[in-house]
Amino acid sequence: MTQVSRPSFLRLLGAALVASVAALPAMAQQAPTLDAIRARGTLVCGVNTGLAGFAQPDSQGVWRGFDVDYCRAVAVALFNDASKVRYVPTTAQNRFTALQSGEVDMLSRNTTWTLSRDTSLGFDFPAISFFDGQGFMVKASLGVRTARELDGATICVQPGTTTEQNLTDWARANRVNFTPVVIERLEELVGAFVGGRCDAFTTDVSGLAATRAAQARPADYTILPDVISKEPLGPLVRHGDQRMTDLVRWVHFGLIASEELGITAANVRQMAANDTRPEVQRMLGRNGDLGQMLGVDNAWLVNVIAAIGNYGEIFERNLTPIGIQRGPNALWTTPGGLQYAPPFR
Amino acid sequence: MSDATVDPRFRRKPPKRPLRLSWADERVRGIVWQVVVVAIIGGIIYWLWSNTVHNLEVRRIATGFGFLWREAGLPIAEHVIPYEPTDTYFRALTVGVLNTLKVAVVGIVLATILGTVVGIARLSKNFLVSKIAGFYVEVIRDLPLLLQLLFWYTVMQGLPGPRQAFHPAEGLYFSNRGFRFPALEWEGAHTAALAACVVGTVLTWLYARVARAKQMADGQPRKIWPAAIALILGLPIFVWLALGAPWTIDWPALRGFNFRGGMAVSPEYAALLIGLVTYTAGFIAEVVRAGILSVNQGQWEAAQALGLRHGSVLRLIVLPQALRVIIPPMTSNYLNLTKNSSLAVAIGYQDIVSIANTTLNQTGQAIEGIAIIMLVYLTISLSISLFMNWYNAKIALVER
Repeated sequence: MTQVSRPSFLRLLGAALVASVAALPAMAQQAPTLDAIRARGTLVCGVNTGLAGFAQPDSQGVWRGFDVDYCRAVAVALFNDASKVRYVPTTAQNRFTALQSGEVDMLSRNTTWTLSRDTSLGFDFPAISFFDGQGFMVKASLGVRTARELDGATICVQPGTTTEQNLTDWARANRVNFTPVVIERLEELVGAFVGGRCDAFTTDVSGLAATRAAQARPADYTILPDVISKEPLGPLVRHGDQRMTDLVRWVHFGLIASEELGITAANVRQMAANDTRPEVQRMLGRNGDLGQMLGVDNAWLVNVIAAIGNYGEIFERNLTPIGIQRGPNALWTTPGGLQYAPPFR
Repeated sequence: MSDATVDPRFRRKPPKRPLRLSWADERVRGIVWQVVVVAIIGGIIYWLWSNTVHNLEVRRIATGFGFLWREAGLPIAEHVIPYEPTDTYFRALTVGVLNTLKVAVVGIVLATILGTVVGIARLSKNFLVSKIAGFYVEVIRDLPLLLQLLFWYTVMQGLPGPRQAFHPAEGLYFSNRGFRFPALEWEGAHTAALAACVVGTVLTWLYARVARAKQMADGQPRKIWPAAIALILGLPIFVWLALGAPWTIDWPALRGFNFRGGMAVSPEYAALLIGLVTYTAGFIAEVVRAGILSVNQGQWEAAQALGLRHGSVLRLIVLPQALRVIIPPMTSNYLNLTKNSSLAVAIGYQDIVSIANTTLNQTGQAIEGIAIIMLVYLTISLSISLFMNWYNAKIALVER
């Protein structure tokens, strides 16, 4: 009798087993994750299975996107080589087990920072790389203008996400009845929405924009103006390796601060050599030993910006083409912008 | 077998040997090895357990089953029992178990029927029928089930939208939101009629037993069907009429985005059921074919020589012997169908795996979540095995 494979179940089972036999002595050290990454020579990064603009393999099979660039930036900070990353596509449901069990070193996969994930799941959120909110997308032909008109609708939603919980909260508060269709893999869920199984598709607005841009005729779909939640998205690491948390956090701040100070991929080497501003000199490793404090090369940020670009460049490269505005993700110096980096000192 | 036929030599117990505390004693060696093996296995289990607990503590991952009583907050589209997102995880998981049972039980019944038909068709002397059955079995068995499920789900989505729903008869709608059909508004009288039907079936069974006993005594066959119709059909209708004959139909109608009213079968459930039934039926067909072929042609001829009719030959001679071959592999097929229903995750039918996955994702308690999934499947599978073993023992040839 043939036995059919159940990929996601087996992966979860494997992850649970790995979690149960993970070597004890490693936990006693200070930086188990960083040491393991260094010994291995590659960073294992959990990303989305395929979300335009955030993480998607291109026609050559090279992973590209906003979240992917965060993985690459951490790899450059560690190894000065953006190719030293192995990408593990994870679904909304198996991403946490993958990180808990050590299958991946970090997640960079539009994951919302919540209290329970920060505490009872055993994770740390180093930073908010993208401020988002949950919205709805419908077919333009449906003639719906606001989310409140969705009473009685069938709504496509990914299981195991904050989106799913926000949707039930919002429906309860607004007395909206809906029938859920929950499919784990994003591609199949979007297929169900496009195929007409659901009236509406709900996820983070950035995800809606990415999905819409990937359709043959984006104009056939409308993103409703309602935003029903706060979705601070960011990379995610296991609790228990503070040095890893610090590194990912400051890679993010380095990207933000570089944009603020006008450091770009094109001019970073020149600025490292010539710029006279004290903070730039500290950041780019000409003065002080900020890099060594983080446990990496002193020229880490020069390498990161040269290879990946600053936050604004990452955003423009990946998200602007699919129609996502900077909005709250503009620098704090712009009205309405929330992206802010603490001092490099 | 009666005791009298047993050779008395086999009933004598072997002489007792005194137990010597020596390595040379076979029994002492046996005990020592067993103790060692148990200690090693126990040690491994303890090591895994303590290690897990320690690691979870170090990583500050919550443990225990307390989460079962927290509010689930997850929406479930199909539920046999009432469910709201404000209910507990325990209730959500119960809904998941019932959804799994709903597809497994219906699937097993339908797959058995379809499989038997195909299996017999493959033995047909009609060239076209046997070739079509053979083609079905070979194609269905050789394609991965996941692929077939996705195929059926895509077919379901290929149906027109609710506003252009395919509408063959009054109250019947086929759309990409599923199948809608009129439903009877359930009242007390219907429950009473259903109970009367059950009582009638039991009475018919008792009557058939008595009639058979009498036939054994005087050799006169007795007709059972008039009593059966009166008891199984007449009694419920009488009860229903006596209680005022309530008859209100709930017609489905398009309101807003979707159909309301009536009964519905979702595309997810339909795709999963069709996929599981057609796939498993391919295997069952071969089991049935093997079972029938296993009965020697001489059995047919001998039975006919006794003057039995074709139906009686099949029922009394061939089937009991064929079932002996059919039942054990059938059990495996039933177990496979039940376990394969976990592929529901791929097409969005919320079975126990889907809901437990979401639960462990929201609570982060993977080990507890997987333990629940394993416990559920183990319980269902062992129940099926137990029932099938009982049935197998019951229909086994009684050798005299």
